[in-house]
Amino acid sequence: MEEFFFYLFASVTVGLVLLMIVQDSPVASAMCLVGAFFGLSGLYVLLSAPFVAVMQILVYAGAIMVLFVFVIMLLNLKEHELVYDRMNLKRVVVLFIGLGLFAFLTKLFLRIPKVEFAAVEASFGTVKEVGRTMFVNYLIPFELIGILLLVGLVGAVLLGRREE
Amino acid sequence: MITIHHYLILSALLFCLGLVGLVVRKNLLIMFMCLEVLLNAVNLTLIALARYFRVMDGQVVAFFVMAVAAVEAAIGLGILINVFRTRQSVKTTDLTALQG
Amino acid sequence: MPVVLVAIIKVVVPLLVILNLLPLMIWLERKGSAFIQDRPGPNRAQILGVRLGGLVHSLADVLKLLFKEDIIPNHVNKIFYLAAPVITLFVACVTFIVIPFADALPLKNGGFFTFQAADLNAGILYTLAMTSLGVYGIMLAGWSSNNKFALLGGLRSSAQMISYELSMGIAVLTVVMVSGSLSLNDIVLAQGANPLTWNCLRLLPACLVFIVAAFAETNRSPFDLPEGESELVAGYHVEYSSMKFAMFFMAEYINMIVASALIVTLFFGGWQIPFVDTATLRDNADKLVYYSALGFGSFSLLVGLILVTKFKKGYYGDSRDYEVLVLGVPAILVGLLLLVGTLINGHFYFGTEAKQIWAALFQIGLFLAKTLFMCWVFIWVRWTLPRFRYDQLMTLGWKYMLPTSLVTVFAAALVMLLMSQQDQ
Repeated sequence: MEEFFFYLFASVTVGLVLLMIVQDSPVASAMCLVGAFFGLSGLYVLLSAPFVAVMQILVYAGAIMVLFVFVIMLLNLKEHELVYDRMNLKRVVVLFIGLGLFAFLTKLFLRIPKVEFAAVEASFGTVKEVGRTMFVNYLIPFELIGILLLVGLVGAVLLGRREE
Repeated sequence: MITIHHYLILSALLFCLGLVGLVVRKNLLIMFMCLEVLLNAVNLTLIALARYFRVMDGQVVAFFVMAVAAVEAAIGLGILINVFRTRQSVKTTDLTALQG
Repeated sequence: MPVVLVAIIKVVVPLLVILNLLPLMIWLERKGSAFIQDRPGPNRAQILGVRLGGLVHSLADVLKLLFKEDIIPNHVNKIFYLAAPVITLFVACVTFIVIPFADALPLKNGGFFTFQAADLNAGILYTLAMTSLGVYGIMLAGWSSNNKFALLGGLRSSAQMISYELSMGIAVLTVVMVSGSLSLNDIVLAQGANPLTWNCLRLLPACLVFIVAAFAETNRSPFDLPEGESELVAGYHVEYSSMKFAMFFMAEYINMIVASALIVTLFFGGWQIPFVDTATLRDNADKLVYYSALGFGSFSLLVGLILVTKFKKGYYGDSRDYEVLVLGVPAILVGLLLLVGTLINGHFYFGTEAKQIWAALFQIGLFLAKTLFMCWVFIWVRWTLPRFRYDQLMTLGWKYMLPTSLVTVFAAALVMLLMSQQDQ
């Protein structure tokens, strides 16, 4: 059962990421990426991380990609201007380098001994546990992320202003 | 039987796809989206390893990576809008003002 | 296998309930607006002479929308044009999964039968996530229609929705802080049975902020500029016809029902019956059923008698005269049946399981009544207040609601801190 869901979510994610890379229209790419995020969220649920799964949908699919689609629609690029990415020799070389990197990483990972996932307690991945770990072990990074978000907010407002 | 290798290899595949997409495409918007794919591949690794070692730290760090990705997307799109306002194009080959 | 079956039933039954509340909502909107505007409202559509006070109009609507010509304009982006109403409807329907309809029943072998399809650990976050996804349907509808009015309406509507999502999330944060859990069932349990401890009184500013944000999220008046018929033609669904338009229409009403259910769950005690907590309810379920059967029977008898005395032959000149009889005579019969049956039977004596099931049924009934009342408030506000202008709307969202909700969070956290220090 778990295998079926893993292969389902994994194939959805990889397929949609592939589709996203080869599309011409940015809106189509953005929607493919949203679907890929749903697949990833399913994988997180399989890995006993329900809180991170819901946050993935809320933050990535629900906020970041909405921002992307907003900007794409505001830029209002005409469809005929977008056809300039075609396959040529440079790209085939990059593709092979990517495949090589993937093969190297796979060989590295296959050296890990093959054991199943050990069972975890029922409270693993719940909001309470994430909160406890965050506020006990990672309090300073949490505060720094807050400051980072504030800086990002001010920066985005500044960048979006029209100079008049 | 799904082991840690499945998740790690999937994450490596996503990372390489995102990397290839980032280098190959010339449309700035699609390059941004490939950047998000890279970050998500790293998130998947973090959460899979958190499950493997049965500690919560991976999930907390993945949560922080998500917050950082949100800020980066906002600022990046702000920069992109400004580039579009000055150059009227999102194609990287049109941004040649500093070319020697 | 039984787990899957139970899960399927728990998903399908509330979905059917909500989909059947839809014609009721449409009828309520039309009759309610007619009542507010001092006019009769729809009373012409009939099936074999039965008009049911205008309820048949909803069925007539459905048939009309089904049989209208399905136009797909030439220069639209077909995939997104067809997908947008589906996304909007899907996201609207899927949000109700985490809403609890009644208290959990303890099962024989130790577990609990929860009255929600999924007792998610992060329930309220799931609801916020689905609300964020609703923006996609509107944006894609506006963009794919290849129409400047539609694009403008779509962008405006999505900007409005994401602005008010922030205030909504922070108001929810206040509720979560006070309840100590993200699971909706825990939030309802933490409110207790006494109406003085419900979140609408404990956290009044957060309640008001959330209700206003819910109006903005569902694109209902006074925030419905993006689909205003007089300002923007019809906004983002101007290019849609027949069934696809019906899907947007349905999605708006289902969003309204789900938003009302959420407001009731978070702030008005959910399934809690005022002053009666679950244990007391379960102990006295048999007496409650007896007296409520008597009460409902006499009420139905009274209403039937009043309706029958209003029969005036020749008032309308057609089959509308007999409408009061069609409603009145069954009311009298049902009332007589209930009264006589209950009096003959005498007091009920239930076993433990029957008492629990009846208690759950009462809680479900009260929850639905509260939700319907909140839906009526939505409709009431729509036909009372004029529309906001777009810049007024955005000013309200960013300059007034966001600081209010932030101050509420701080104040609530401060009060919680002081109260916990007082306990020590």
